[in-house]
Amino acid sequence: MQGSSSQSQPTPRRWYILVFLAPATLIYTIFAIYPILESLRLSLYVSDASTTRFVGLANYTRLISEPYWADQFWNAFKNNVLLFVMHMLIQNPIALALAALLSIPSLTGAASYRTIFFLPTLLSVVVVGFIWQLILSPLWGVTPDFMKILGLGDYFKPWLGLESSALITVTLISIWQYVGIPLMLFYAALLNVPEETLEAARIDGLNGWWVFWKVKLPLILPTLGLVGILTYIGNFTASFDLIYSIQGGLAGPDFSTDVMGTFLFRSFFGFQSQLGDENMGATVASALLFIILAGVSIYLFGVQRRLQRYDH
Amino acid sequence: MRLQQALSSTAIHGVLMGWTLLALFPLALIIINSLKTRKAIFGDPTGLPTGNALSLKGYESVIDDSDFLMFFSNSLIVTCVSLFLILLLGAMAAHALSEYEFKGNTLIGLYLIIGIMVPIRLGTVALLNLIVSLNLINTLTALILVYTAQGLPIAIFIFTEFLRAVSREIKDSARIDGLSEYRIFFEVVIPLVRPVIATVAVFSMIPIWNDLWFPLILAPGEETRTVTLGVQQFIGQYTVKWGSVLAALSVAIMPVLFMYIIFSRQLIRGITAGAVKG
Repeated sequence: MQGSSSQSQPTPRRWYILVFLAPATLIYTIFAIYPILESLRLSLYVSDASTTRFVGLANYTRLISEPYWADQFWNAFKNNVLLFVMHMLIQNPIALALAALLSIPSLTGAASYRTIFFLPTLLSVVVVGFIWQLILSPLWGVTPDFMKILGLGDYFKPWLGLESSALITVTLISIWQYVGIPLMLFYAALLNVPEETLEAARIDGLNGWWVFWKVKLPLILPTLGLVGILTYIGNFTASFDLIYSIQGGLAGPDFSTDVMGTFLFRSFFGFQSQLGDENMGATVASALLFIILAGVSIYLFGVQRRLQRYDH
Repeated sequence: MRLQQALSSTAIHGVLMGWTLLALFPLALIIINSLKTRKAIFGDPTGLPTGNALSLKGYESVIDDSDFLMFFSNSLIVTCVSLFLILLLGAMAAHALSEYEFKGNTLIGLYLIIGIMVPIRLGTVALLNLIVSLNLINTLTALILVYTAQGLPIAIFIFTEFLRAVSREIKDSARIDGLSEYRIFFEVVIPLVRPVIATVAVFSMIPIWNDLWFPLILAPGEETRTVTLGVQQFIGQYTVKWGSVLAALSVAIMPVLFMYIIFSRQLIRGITAGAVKG
C-alpha cells in the first residue's frame, strides 16, 4: 500500500516510509483489526462438533429473542445502561465540581489534592474491588461500626449481597476509583480557559459562581462531550474487570450486576453449568461493537458538532 | 468581605479534604491492618498496629505461599516491553504520517486511530483462536503483542498531533547536513518528542498494568500470571486468612504507590498536557 504510493513521486522509492509505518500497522492489523472483523464473520456462522455453516443473522435473532439468550442479553444491556446513567449523573458532576475547586487560582495545596484524587485510578481493579468488599463486609464490621457512631447503625445492610443494591454499590466503588480521569480532563480544560476572558467577566461584575456557570462551563463543553463518550465506552467494556473481581463471572446476586462484559465472558468461555459457544460469543461481542459504534456516531455527528460551535 | 472570603475558602478546603479522606481511608485501613494480629484486625479494625497488635505474619505467609515475585516480574516484563514497543513503533508511524507526503497518508492515519474508539476486547473470540494457532497461549509474548496493538492508536494520535506542530526547520537542516531519514528519526525526532513521551506512557501503562481480561483469557497459566490476575486468584484461595489477604493487597498496592509518589508530578503534568491537546 505504502510502497506503491511512492510511484507517483518523481523521487526514487522512499522505502523508509514503509519501514517507519509497517511495524505499527502490521501489529495493529493482526492483533486488533483482524480479530474484530473475524469475530463479526464468526457471528454469522453456527458450528457443531464437526461442521460449520453460514446462518446469516440467525445468531442475532437468537440473542434478542430466544429466552435463554435474550433474558441475559437484555438484563446485561439494561444494567449497562443504568451503569452509564449513574456514572454520568454521579461520577462526572463530582469530577467537575472537584476540578472547578482545584482550578481556583488562589487555592493552596492544589498539587497535593490533585495527586491524591488521582491515586485510586492507578490501583488495580482487583485490589480496589477486594478492599471495598472487606470494608463493606458485615463480618469485619468496619462499616457497621462506623454507621453506629453516626447513629445510623440500623440502616446497615450487606449491600453487595442484595439484589436491590448490588449494582449501585458496585457503581459507587467504580466512581470512587475512576473519578480521577474525568477530573483531570475537566481540570486541564478549566486551566485552559484564557485569563482575559475571565478578567472580562470579572470586570462585568460576575462573582466566582457565575463566572463558572456563564463563562467557564460553556467553554469546556467539548470536554464534557469527550468525558461522556469515554464514560460510555468504558462502561460497556471495562466494567467487566470490577464486576468480575467483586461479584464473579455470574455477576451475582442472581445476575443483578451482569453487564455486557461478564455476559460476553460467559457466553464464549462458559461458566460452571453454562457451556461456552464461540459463535454466540462472537455474536455478543459484535452486538457490543454495534452498541459502541452507535454511541460513537451519536457523539461524532451529533454532540461534538453541536459543541464545536461554542469552541471559539 | 474578608470574612466571607475566609468562610468560602474554609468551605472549599472542607470539601477537598473530605474527598481526600474518602480516597485515602480505604488504602490506609488495608495497610494498617495488614500489620496486625488476627485478633486485633477483628477486635479493633481502626486501631494502629502498636505493641501486642503488631504482627508480620501476613507478610510472611504471602512471601512463603505464593509466587508474588514471579507475578511481579511477569507484570513488569509485559508492561515495560509493551510500553517500549508502543512508544517506538508509535513514534515511527507518527513520524511517517506527519513528515512525509504520500498517497493514502490520511487514510492510513485514520485507520490507525480507529482503535481509540473501538476497544480491542471486542475481538477476543477471534483473538483467542489466533493466539492458539500461533502457539502463543499462556505466554507473555501474547500479552505483549495484544497490548502493543491496543496501545498504538492513542500513541500514534498523540505523537502525530505533537509532531505536526513542531517546526520543520530542524529536520530540514539535518537533511541538508546529509543525515539519512533513519538518522533523522533517531537523532532529531526522538529527542523532539521527549516531552509527550510521559503522556503517552501514562495513557498506555495504566490499562496494561491493571488489566484482568486478557491475562485471564490468554495467559491464565501459573507461570505467566500477572499481578492483577495473581492477586485475584490468591484472594480467592485465602479468604479465611485475613492477615494474608490484607498483606497480599498491601504488597500489590505498594509498588504502584511508591512509583506514584516519585513520579506523580510528571505523571499528572503528562495527563493534563495530553488532555489539552486531545
